[in-house]
Amino acid sequence: MVGVPVLWLAVFFLIPFLIVLKISFSEARLAIPPYAPLFTWLHGLPVPRIHLSSYSYLFTHPLYLRSYLYSIMVAAVSTLFCLLIGYPMAYAIARAGEAWRTFLLMLIVLPFWTSFLLRVYAWIGLLQNDGLINNVLVSLGLIRHPITLLQTDFSLYIGIVYSYLPYMILPLYANLEKHDPALLEAAADLGARPLMAFLRVTLPQSLPGIAAGSLLVFIPTVGEYVIPTLLGRTDQIMIGRMLSDEFFDNRDWPVASAVAILILLLLVVPIVLLQRVERKQLETPE
Amino acid sequence: MSKTGIFSRTALVLGLVFLYVPILSLIVYSFNNSRLVTVWDAAHSPTLKWYGVLLSDGQVLDAAWLSLRVAICAATASAVLGTLAGTALARFGAFRGRSLLVGMTTAPIVMPEVISGLSLLLLFVSLDQLIGWPRNMGALTITLAHVSFCMAYVTVVIQSRLAGFDESLEEAAQDLGARPAKVFLRITLPLILPAVLAGWLLAFTLSWDDLVISQFVAGPGSSTLPMVIFSKVRLGVSPDVNALATLMVSVVASGVVIATLWMRHRQRRRERDMQLAAAANL
Repeated sequence: MVGVPVLWLAVFFLIPFLIVLKISFSEARLAIPPYAPLFTWLHGLPVPRIHLSSYSYLFTHPLYLRSYLYSIMVAAVSTLFCLLIGYPMAYAIARAGEAWRTFLLMLIVLPFWTSFLLRVYAWIGLLQNDGLINNVLVSLGLIRHPITLLQTDFSLYIGIVYSYLPYMILPLYANLEKHDPALLEAAADLGARPLMAFLRVTLPQSLPGIAAGSLLVFIPTVGEYVIPTLLGRTDQIMIGRMLSDEFFDNRDWPVASAVAILILLLLVVPIVLLQRVERKQLETPE
Repeated sequence: MSKTGIFSRTALVLGLVFLYVPILSLIVYSFNNSRLVTVWDAAHSPTLKWYGVLLSDGQVLDAAWLSLRVAICAATASAVLGTLAGTALARFGAFRGRSLLVGMTTAPIVMPEVISGLSLLLLFVSLDQLIGWPRNMGALTITLAHVSFCMAYVTVVIQSRLAGFDESLEEAAQDLGARPAKVFLRITLPLILPAVLAGWLLAFTLSWDDLVISQFVAGPGSSTLPMVIFSKVRLGVSPDVNALATLMVSVVASGVVIATLWMRHRQRRRERDMQLAAAANL
C-alpha cells in the first residue's frame, strides 16, 4: 500500500531532478529536443560526453550572478518583513478568545484559497500611476504628482509579503497557541516587565515557529516567478524569471537546467532544516 | 490592557486590512463602467457590463472548462495517493523508505514552481523519447504534474489529522481479528474522512490556481484559466479579469464560511453527545 505513493513520487518528483541534472551537463543544439545526448555509442560501449559549458556560461556572465544574489536578497528581506508583520498578528490571534480565534484564523486562511495570480494582479490596479494609492495621496495633498510605485523594489516586496504572509502567520500561531500562560505569570511575579518577559520567555519558546515560518517564506520566494514578472523591476530580474526566459525564449534547455541546479544547491540546506523543524512539531504532543 | 496586547492587536487589524483591501478593490472595480480600471465612472456605474464581456469570451470559457476537468481529476488522484502516504507516515512507524517518503512529501510544497515545472517537462520529454509516451502535452500531462505537488499537501493534512487521534480504536479492531485492510476501511478512513475532504478541496484549489507548472507542461494548444488570465494581465489591467476575480472570490468565500459553520455545528453536537454519554454513565 505504501508502495503506490512512494513509486508515484519517485517517478514524478525524484527522477525528474536527475533528468534536470543530466541535461545541465549536456550541450545545446538546434534539434527536438534541443540538447545533445549525454552518451554516444562507440563500438557498443557508451561514451559519456559531459559538457560544463552551461555552468561556465553562467559563471562568466555577471548578469546571472547578479540575478542570483538579487534573488537571495529579495527572499531574505521579504522573509524579514513577513516575520515583523506576521509575528504580532499571530501573537494577537493566539491571545484572542476561543470564538474570535476560529474567526480570525479563517480570515488569515481565506485569501490562501483564492487565486494567487488574481491577488497579485489586484496590486497592479492599486499601485499604478493613476491607481488607487496615488489618487488617494494626491487628493490628500501629500504629493503633487503621482509617484512611480509599480515595477520597483517596493512593489515587488509588497507583492511577496502580501502573498506569503499567511505562510508565516500559521506556523507562528501553531507555536504561540501552545505556550503556557503560567510561565508569563511566573515571570511577572518574579518582577519581569512585560517587554522583558516577552524577550526572555515568549520569544525563545517561539523559535521553532519562527524557523518554520521563515523557511516556508524564504524557500519558494527565491525562485518566485509570477510576482517579479507582474510587479518587479524590469532592469533587474530574479533567477526564477531567468530560468523561464532561458527555457521559453532562448530555448536553451541545458542552461535553464543548470540554473535550476544552482537554485536547488542553494535551497538544499533550508529544505532539510524545514523538514527537521516540521518533524519535531508533528512529534511533540499537543 | 497591556502594551504588548494593544500593539499586537493594532498590528492584527492593520495586517487584515492589508490582506483584504486588494481583494475588495478588485470586487468594487468589477462593477465600474469605465475601461480604465482605476477611474470610477459614477454616471454609469455600477454595471454588470464586464460580467457580460467575460461570459461571452470563448477563450476564457474553454480555459475554465479545461481547468475544471484537470482540477477534479488531479484532486481525486491526490486525495487517494495523499491519504495512503499520510496514513503510512502517521501509523506504520519506521518502515523502509520512510525518510524518502517524508522528504518527497515536504519538498514539493516549498519547491520553487519553475524548478518543478522544468523538471516535470523534461521528464515527459524523456519518457516520450524512451517509450513513446506521452505523445502530446496537454490535459493529461498537466493533470499528472498537478498530482505530483497536490498530493504532498493532502499527505500533510492527513498526517496531522491522524497525529491527533490515538490508535486505540485501530488496535482494538486488530485485537478482535480485523485484517489491516479492513481496519483501514472500517476504522481509520471514517475517522479521517473530513480531512480527506479538506485535502481534496485544497488539492482542487491548488490545481485550479496553478500557473507556472502548467505553463511548462501544457504544450501548445491547451491553456488553463490561469494561463489565459496571465497573458491578459501582462498587457495591463483589464476589467473583465476583475469580474472573473469577483466570481471566484464569492464562490470560495461562501464555501469556506459554510464549511466553517458546518464544522462548528458538528463540534457542538459531538460535545453534547459526549455530555449525554457522561450523564448516562452516572
